[in-house]
Amino acid sequence: MSTAGFNSQNGTGTGQTYANGPTQNPVALQQTPGVGYSMNHQQAYNPMQAKAPAPPGPGLYPSGPYQPIPPISSYLLGPQVTSYPSSPGHPLLTRPPMGATPSHTPPLSASPIPGPRMPPAQATPPPPAVSSSSYYQNPQQPMAPVWQYNAATPPMGPAPSMNTPPRGPVTNHVNQAAGLAGPLPQSAAVYSSAPPPHMSSRPAQFSGPGLPPTSMHGYTQPGTAPPPMAPQAYQPVRPAYGPPPTGPPSSMKPTLPPTGTSVASATPPPPNVDAQCGGVVPNVLPPTEPDFQEGDIECPGTVAGNGPQAANSYNHVDNRMAGPTQPAPPGRHLGHYPSLPPGYQNTSAPPVNPPMHPAMQAATQPYTQAPQPFQQPPGGPGPAQLSPSMAAMSLQSNTPEALRVVNLLQERNLLPPSPVSAPTPCLPQDLQKLNCSPEVFRSTLTSIPQTQALLNKAKMPLGLLLHPFKDLSQLPVVTSSTIVRCRSCRTYINPFVSFLDQRRWKCNLCYRVNDVPEEFMYNPVSRSYGEPHKRPEVQNATIEFIAPSEYMLRPPQPAVYLFVLDVSHNAVETGFLSVFCQSVLDNIDALPGDSRTKVGFITFDSTIHFYNLQEGLSQPQMLIVSDIEDIFLPTPDSLLVNLNECKELVQDLLKSLPSLFEKTMETQSALGSALQAAFKLLSPTGGRMSVFQTQLPNLGVGALQSREDPNQRASSKDIQHLSPATDFYKKLALDCSGQQVAVDLFLLSAQYCDMASLGCISRYSAGSVYYYPSYHHRHNPAQVERFQKDLKRYLTRKIGFEAVMRIRCTKGLSIHTFHGNFFVRSTDLLSLPNVNPDAGFAVQMSIEENLDDMQVVSFQAALLYTSSKGERRIRVHTLCLPVANSVSDIFAGADVQAITGLLACMAVDRSVTASLSDARDAMINASIDSLSSYRQFALTIQQPGLLAPTCLRLFPLYILALLKQKAFRTGTSTRLDERMFAMYQLKYQPLAFAMLMIHPALYRVDDLTDEGALNINERTIPQPAILQLSVEKLSREGAFLMDAGTVMYLWIGRNCHPNFLTQVLGVPNYAALPDNLYLLPELDTAESQRTRAFIGWLRDQRPFFPSLHIIRDESQLKPVFMQSMIEDRTESALSYYEFLLHVQQQISK
Amino acid sequence: MAFTFAAFCYMLALLLTAALIFFAIWHLVLPEYLIHFFFCVMFLCATEWLTLTLNLPLLAYHVWRYTSRPVMSGPGLYDPTTIMNADILAYCQKEGWCKLAFYLLSFFYYLYGYVFSSSRLFTPDYFLI
Repeated sequence: MSTAGFNSQNGTGTGQTYANGPTQNPVALQQTPGVGYSMNHQQAYNPMQAKAPAPPGPGLYPSGPYQPIPPISSYLLGPQVTSYPSSPGHPLLTRPPMGATPSHTPPLSASPIPGPRMPPAQATPPPPAVSSSSYYQNPQQPMAPVWQYNAATPPMGPAPSMNTPPRGPVTNHVNQAAGLAGPLPQSAAVYSSAPPPHMSSRPAQFSGPGLPPTSMHGYTQPGTAPPPMAPQAYQPVRPAYGPPPTGPPSSMKPTLPPTGTSVASATPPPPNVDAQCGGVVPNVLPPTEPDFQEGDIECPGTVAGNGPQAANSYNHVDNRMAGPTQPAPPGRHLGHYPSLPPGYQNTSAPPVNPPMHPAMQAATQPYTQAPQPFQQPPGGPGPAQLSPSMAAMSLQSNTPEALRVVNLLQERNLLPPSPVSAPTPCLPQDLQKLNCSPEVFRSTLTSIPQTQALLNKAKMPLGLLLHPFKDLSQLPVVTSSTIVRCRSCRTYINPFVSFLDQRRWKCNLCYRVNDVPEEFMYNPVSRSYGEPHKRPEVQNATIEFIAPSEYMLRPPQPAVYLFVLDVSHNAVETGFLSVFCQSVLDNIDALPGDSRTKVGFITFDSTIHFYNLQEGLSQPQMLIVSDIEDIFLPTPDSLLVNLNECKELVQDLLKSLPSLFEKTMETQSALGSALQAAFKLLSPTGGRMSVFQTQLPNLGVGALQSREDPNQRASSKDIQHLSPATDFYKKLALDCSGQQVAVDLFLLSAQYCDMASLGCISRYSAGSVYYYPSYHHRHNPAQVERFQKDLKRYLTRKIGFEAVMRIRCTKGLSIHTFHGNFFVRSTDLLSLPNVNPDAGFAVQMSIEENLDDMQVVSFQAALLYTSSKGERRIRVHTLCLPVANSVSDIFAGADVQAITGLLACMAVDRSVTASLSDARDAMINASIDSLSSYRQFALTIQQPGLLAPTCLRLFPLYILALLKQKAFRTGTSTRLDERMFAMYQLKYQPLAFAMLMIHPALYRVDDLTDEGALNINERTIPQPAILQLSVEKLSREGAFLMDAGTVMYLWIGRNCHPNFLTQVLGVPNYAALPDNLYLLPELDTAESQRTRAFIGWLRDQRPFFPSLHIIRDESQLKPVFMQSMIEDRTESALSYYEFLLHVQQQISK
Repeated sequence: MAFTFAAFCYMLALLLTAALIFFAIWHLVLPEYLIHFFFCVMFLCATEWLTLTLNLPLLAYHVWRYTSRPVMSGPGLYDPTTIMNADILAYCQKEGWCKLAFYLLSFFYYLYGYVFSSSRLFTPDYFLI
């Protein structure tokens, strides 16, 4: 049933829920990852940066007023769900945390210099006013056009829309829908009408009410009520800002004023948001929970859920697989919007406050009409003939929310209060409904540029981010003797192929026409014959096949687990052994596997110890091999034993291991030889090797030297030694990969361990790396807890053996670089000896041939693996994205989080192959380039300031967060191993978690309420708003939780309300707060329950265990907490505002 | 004397370049580098400055390319973990084609050089008067 879930996410139910988001605006949704974007180029571009501020077009200003796009709406922004950005370490704060508010403002407002802000004043003000008007329009429009369309002229819809629209891309999409929809012709027509929205500006004319921006749908509606308020609040603000720093940053003087005002301005957004949230947020969250539950549930009933689904879809708006799939498109619309009549009335339909509407509408109408006249001219002659100014105007008026211009220097508080969700591609609804979940498959640009030249123009990276083996709560599994694939490109049949007739289908990747096999004509779900397009394969973008024997090179391997443990003096000192043995004992029955499962143990210090666990022995037998130069296996047959047959011996061993080495004085570590031995042991079968290491290997092959100079940790110069010191580990990893052995590395060390070299062993064998700096069983209880929880997850999570993953894409696109842990075996084939549900991947793409006559392109990731039960399975994900041919459409489809994630991967590569400063420059240039090309090519009205489209408004912030992230920061003391580990994580973590590591989420938790809370499994989970990462947002009176992915900090203000201290922390006053608190006491108070529920909920969402540190002013960790305040200035890094000024300066150069 | 050292160098280079042409196609980089280095040294000994100058950029490129190779314990240039990245693969192929072109041109240049340097010897003195 997973399908269902997907659908709900993507789109079915979406209609309304998503409203905030992208769905409705096709344009807005599009994302464009810049492909060919190499970091190098970026640099090259620098000098090139567009110097010309772009003269304002003649028509520009006039158009302004008409702009339908509500400025306010930006606040409303949709990003409800998904990712929680976070980033760990950052530079030290100069400022005192507390005094913050007043002191801070100056710097931010700082650039008073702003000389000539005249224009801004003019330019900006209009928007608010306009916006209000536009506001109404939008809501109405979207609904109206769609409906009318459908009802009135279904057939016409697609065709006209396609050709006519000046904005080629959008239209195209629509068309595509029609064309592609292949399977369901009728539906296609219907849909086409629906999606066209933005395009619709033209089509709209036909329909009458034709309002420009479709996208606004969901959006507008909720917003409607609040809008009036918001704008007003805003305007006052502007004056305060008035002087804002248009010009170059120059010196920062704290001239600026009234923080108060600014804050006030900031505030307005929340209300709006809340309104939306009421409906939306709750919905979003529930789905999350199921995620981590394992188990593929075979669900034959794709169809089953339909009826209820509609209802569900509402609830589970965004992510996950909660909703069922809906096979039948045509009916759908009606189902969803049954209550909505065509035309203006629709607006009121939305859930939000209806009372306002009438008035609003009245107000709106005049405005709406106004824009139309402008648009019409274009409509008549055709887009091509528009004069530039006209084009500009029409563009403006049609601008989807994602393209609404935001002046980053003026608008603060752009961070949405709830997690940012992935934009929805602007596809026809029926396609979008079937599309792959953004959690599994995400593109940096949701609209793929038509040509490489266009991509280069947009200067954004084009790539995909995948989480292919994610735990899904519902996943359709198909067993069939023939798996239908394209005969020429071997693509698996998927929802985006088109059926020419009942017996033939056309591949959506290579366009070859294939026959539908006889077997495929029968639909097991509905038990009907002759409906190949209703098969689960064609109804689910994510599906799993049980592979027949053609997909096996050898009989599926059993689950084999080998544990390689460091038992040198240093290791014993840390005490990890007892925790490890206990964890394995506890979870020994939960290890994934079947009756063939094998386990083995190897320990090592300066010698290698094997354990003979053969059945029949009365106790485990230890065999010591001291010839580490030429390692051999003493008894090859009895070292890896069947877990079920020898469970007692294994348990004996685990119980005795910790005491066995208690007195050891051996300090050397022959890791290299131990790995070689383990490789020999595993190579006949393949399997998983878990290596626990606590120090630098210093004996035998693979011995390493300490390369870190502690005095250079804070150096602002280039960081050395990011690349491996030896290729021993890499070569061994490749050997492992060849024998289907993956190596997972657990590094528990206070000392330098050379993560850069050791990490290779996991990186190229598709393993994972865990790092517990300063692990000690007594001194560091938080790490111990984390280690325990991580181990539990590690031992019990799903695992796939001897896997390969291939990513295919539509002809014309090509994949050129992969990021993650794997070995690239051929240009599109990744070899993954093991695949685990917590691994993410990224790929960069380029456009090799123009995608001229295509409306959509597809990407398919197929993962072939052996399950722990010995089944060969294929998991297939297919993503379909529209093609766009204008720069503004590409910008409208940019997915800022995916772009950030991909840039981070690219920057990691760059820091290793070139240098860290190179990588930092490249990231800065990436933001400069894309914003300047936005200004140059997509912006029609030139205004002063640093302008960004709404969908990219967080881009500079994320880039700054990356620069201050542990992996890339300079000037702040960062241990080399931690830096390398952060780099590995950026490449290896799925996007949602990587974003939290980049940009942590900050919540105020001393005043949690049940308002807007989620209800999951009868637990109430409060949903505080996400705050900006600035000390300004902290207050002495509060308690704040920072969620940085792998770690959480709870900062307690000095004057924190005693109620919170007693009810949540269980201490009478601030002074009584212990220094090293890492657990919240389980008090039986409402406050405590709320806080714990919230933290527990955050933890449940991720596969690793974030430890919690409670921090007060004197805590050692306080600097770490303060370094995560990304928007503030530190000794070595710019504040957000300064960074913006820098970017602006570069752009206008 | 019918044969100078320079003529011998040219003849040698002529033959070896023929081999290089194939190596460039097949990406046998180490033999290619060695052979190229070898006849560069020969030209140096023969004091054929012009020819040497023409070859120096490629020689320098080879040295740079080999010194900046990924960390590797054995000899070799291509890293198995990155070579399959399409951009690196494309770079290596482009490099191969460029070298192929260079070797083809130099093949004819050496042929000419060989004829020129040896014909000078056969030229009777009275022609020079």
